[in-house]
Amino acid sequence: MDSEKRDIRFDLKIIASWIEPGSRVLDLGCGEGTLLHYLREHRQVVGTGIEQHEAEVAACIAKGLTVLQGDLNQEVLDYPDRAFDYVILSQTLQQVYRPRALITSLMRIGSRVIVSFPNFSHWSIRLQVLIKGMAPKNQQLPYDWYNSPNIRVITLKDFRRFVGDLGFKVIDEAPINTQNQDRYGSIVRFLPNLRATYGIFMIGRGDETKKCKEG
Amino acid sequence: MIVEKQFFTFARNKPMVLECGARLGPVTIAYETLGSLDEERKNAILVLHALSGDSHMAGRYSERDPKPGWWDIMIGPGKAIDTDRYFVVCSNIIGGCMGSTGPSSTNPSTRRPYGLDFPVVTIGDMVRAQKALIKHLGIERLFAVIGGSLGGMQVLEWSLRYPGMVRSAIPLATTARHSALAIAFNEVARQAIMADPNWQGGNYYGGARPNLGLAVARMIGHITYLSDEAMRRKFGRRLQDRTDLSFKLDVDFQVESYLRYQGKKFVDRFDANSFLYITKAADYFDVEEQHGGGSIVKAFSKARAKFLVVSFTSDWLYPTYQSRELVQAMKKNGLDVSFCEIEADWGHDAFLLPNERLSSLIKGFLECVGRGL
Repeated sequence: MDSEKRDIRFDLKIIASWIEPGSRVLDLGCGEGTLLHYLREHRQVVGTGIEQHEAEVAACIAKGLTVLQGDLNQEVLDYPDRAFDYVILSQTLQQVYRPRALITSLMRIGSRVIVSFPNFSHWSIRLQVLIKGMAPKNQQLPYDWYNSPNIRVITLKDFRRFVGDLGFKVIDEAPINTQNQDRYGSIVRFLPNLRATYGIFMIGRGDETKKCKEG
Repeated sequence: MIVEKQFFTFARNKPMVLECGARLGPVTIAYETLGSLDEERKNAILVLHALSGDSHMAGRYSERDPKPGWWDIMIGPGKAIDTDRYFVVCSNIIGGCMGSTGPSSTNPSTRRPYGLDFPVVTIGDMVRAQKALIKHLGIERLFAVIGGSLGGMQVLEWSLRYPGMVRSAIPLATTARHSALAIAFNEVARQAIMADPNWQGGNYYGGARPNLGLAVARMIGHITYLSDEAMRRKFGRRLQDRTDLSFKLDVDFQVESYLRYQGKKFVDRFDANSFLYITKAADYFDVEEQHGGGSIVKAFSKARAKFLVVSFTSDWLYPTYQSRELVQAMKKNGLDVSFCEIEADWGHDAFLLPNERLSSLIKGFLECVGRGL
């Protein structure tokens, strides 16, 4: 519990800041429930998590969080339309086999979907490919090509286009510069596609964007 | 922790009308309690036992009692179901033979044991009788109902029949309805009893009992409670008290010896007719049909409780997919449900064995329910 009383990861803090107090939240791949716990304490949300690994599910339930063990691609299919105000897919999209199908079903069950992922077009990755001529490896992506769970190569630009192609709108975005597991970081305003290590996006249905901006 | 078995009798003047239409009365329920009810009467937990269980969930009957209750690892001061915080109640199911009215009880109209004159009871009837006890104890709303296997069915029944009385529910290693496989095992077990010449159409009280049939029934049960993995680990093909095969029809293998021992042990404490009635109740249980007109999703539209559903990887009697079906129906109704599949080699029986993970799940879940008060 001590770790949760301290600050949470920088990217999670940004996600938390986007969540209206008292809302219904679904956290996919919630791990040991750090974000859900934080949201419950600081945002009074009614939260649910989905996690595949038994030990992490058990840790969540032991903390008093509502969490289901299962495969997120399957589990999201059971919820009624707009069952949640926010659905969070934090640092998991790059490991999803069918991103289109998943994002579409997340938009069905949630009013807003928050997605974060490591930015593959960061300058250090570009340099590695350019100079070494090998598949890039860094702190965000510490794997070799043959053992990496990160099967999707996504950049901030690619994601924006993907959202548009699906007929949804980006409501908010935060390109950030932070190291993996780091509690500190900054928002990147200048040349984000080149300089941000992670992208965090909030997407919604096209029709709501205007209202949101005016509000 | 010293406990005392207590009794509550109701339906003395007005018999209970059972689901099958028959009337039963008076009805006695044997029960035990641990901990104390708080002033607001909000801390009561009802524990529901499985097929061969009884009201003796934890603690001992006397200082010299060699064996504690069947879930002593889970219930007690400081344990997952903490008797310092909760008032914990467990009662013997009707149809049983451990103090509650069942086929071995005296039929008031003949002054002899009911035998097969005892009406077929359902999980719903058992739960209605428990509700009478809970009202008698002055409890309006239960903090939690918890049980595994047949006890888990009662948990589900409570949450659907009396949604306003159940704040939270923990069904463990259970199912919304028996599969053909589960019914098949029960039927073979019942046939073993009824084929025993001592069974006498159920009128064996006062004479020789159908012990052989009941022992075989228990042996079949034990096979379904274990798993391929558990049996391989526990017995393998090891021989019992010998180094070579006997080439006779005696016990050769350890697994044979184990099953015979379990069978023998069981007949000393259990009534064969109760076994027939309880397994029938389990086979009849069907959440979809009884509460949802054929739809499990519709059935759970009645529920209001916060749920924790737990299954075990090696349970082949009520496999995980059956728990997932429950979870799915709860999700579709927007219920607050947590689910965990615990990796365990011990098959269906895993919920009764010491398991750190299960304890921490139950403890954390109950604490969370407490915060919501």
